[in-house]
Amino acid sequence: MYTAADLRKGLKVQVDGAPYLVTDFEFSKPGKGQALYRCKMRNMITGNQLVQTYRSNDKFEKPELEERKMQYLYCQGEDYHFMDTGNYEQIVIDKEHLGDSINYMIDNMEMEVLFFQDKPIDVSLPMFVNLQVTQADPWAKGDTSGSDSKPVTVETGYVLQVPPFVEEGDRIQIDTRTGAYVTRVKE
Amino acid sequence: MLDLEGLHFRAAFFQALRSFFVRQQFLEVDTPIRQPLLLPELNIEPLASEDWFLQASPELCMKRLLAAGCSRIFQLCNCFRKGERGRLHLEEFTMLEWYRVNSGYEDLMVDCEALVSSLLADLGTMSLCACSDGGLLVDAGHQWPGVVIAKDGSGATARQQGPALVPASSGGSGARFISLQTPWDRLSVHEAFARYSPVALEQALAADTFDEILVEYVEPRLGMDRPLFLYDYPVALGSLARRKDRAPQLVERFELYINGIELANGFSELTDSQEQRQRFARELELMAAERRRRSLMPERFLQELAGLERAAGIALGVDRLLMLLMGKNSIGEVVSFTPADF
Repeated sequence: MYTAADLRKGLKVQVDGAPYLVTDFEFSKPGKGQALYRCKMRNMITGNQLVQTYRSNDKFEKPELEERKMQYLYCQGEDYHFMDTGNYEQIVIDKEHLGDSINYMIDNMEMEVLFFQDKPIDVSLPMFVNLQVTQADPWAKGDTSGSDSKPVTVETGYVLQVPPFVEEGDRIQIDTRTGAYVTRVKE
Repeated sequence: MLDLEGLHFRAAFFQALRSFFVRQQFLEVDTPIRQPLLLPELNIEPLASEDWFLQASPELCMKRLLAAGCSRIFQLCNCFRKGERGRLHLEEFTMLEWYRVNSGYEDLMVDCEALVSSLLADLGTMSLCACSDGGLLVDAGHQWPGVVIAKDGSGATARQQGPALVPASSGGSGARFISLQTPWDRLSVHEAFARYSPVALEQALAADTFDEILVEYVEPRLGMDRPLFLYDYPVALGSLARRKDRAPQLVERFELYINGIELANGFSELTDSQEQRQRFARELELMAAERRRRSLMPERFLQELAGLERAAGIALGVDRLLMLLMGKNSIGEVVSFTPADF
């Protein structure tokens, strides 16, 4: 159990049965008045924002959150299959819950999966992933059109802008926070 | 941690506070920081020290000194309030309190105006005051000095080297200028709610949302162009303040605001010890109901209060005023050490 006095940026609390992350916090106390704890919070499942003011006596459940190391196995339609690398238990997360993460997931990749009350709600990918370019227009040497980037498709089907010298079959590093090209990698 | 320049400014600021009160014939007093009994106040959580307490305010001792015959006293001291933390709160902070007999809360408002004017005269020549992005601005072009609030409210620390007098135009784009010209604005709590709150004062009190509405809708509008006194509070919000003669549901209490920040709380003292006993009893009842802590009736204080005639007293948050003058965004930036520095 947390009380309002425990609130601070980064704390995870349970409100109306859902896990929330405190993203902004301000303590105020008008003269002779009571302590007020003003919070901005993000619902960790829906992403919705909540702005709420609490008093000292307000209490919060600790959300039942657990991070487990899992391996992404394969996808079948909208279903993405994962395996717990500790106990080999397999689970399925649907496409909608994974959001943009599917752009960077290749078979056998390891990642942290966040569970709330034993239901998977989020995956945290490595900050950088290396993916193979499966489709790219050839680079015409001496191209003077002035464009300094071109679109390519990587093995996950994700399309992004890269410098003109990147070719089909190259492996490139992508920043999973922004989805942007970082560099070409030699392996 | 405060840098060397900041330490010098803080020291000069303390010096200037003291010289104002000495010039006004106030006697400087120093009363014990550690006491066996505090005045019962529902919303102040004291820090314990063995089986005594660290003071939340020097109010109790200073009023006893008034009752003992002092006519004008002031004190600059550290106070402690458990669990208060944030941009404008530290568990240990610096308080300035002053008390005067044969006076009412209007006299304290005039004191505040005179005090800040005197501070500006004393500090205005320090080159540290003159900064382009935030803080005290003493401007040759302006007849009156003021404080500059940076656009992002952060009171950036970039400081102008050289002369103390800088043109107002150097306040940076989007920066606001708060004139300290006197007299300052005066606004009743009732009027402030009518002007800024979505519900009237009476409704807010009935729904027990006074504090929330004050913080959310009212305070951010107060003292944005020039300092403002918010005055005449409902009697339930001033357990040590005197009732207004012509409106006994109100007490003669005020708060000083600059840039939406509450700087001082003052009132005409309740000197009727019978009524004070009833108000304390109510406060003690609420404290017991909230099961926060038990406290006792301050009998000796009540006994001595009976000997006190008309008086008024005020507490001013020294670190907050210094924060505004130094163009800082939090009081942690204007004290020598904060808990994070250990």
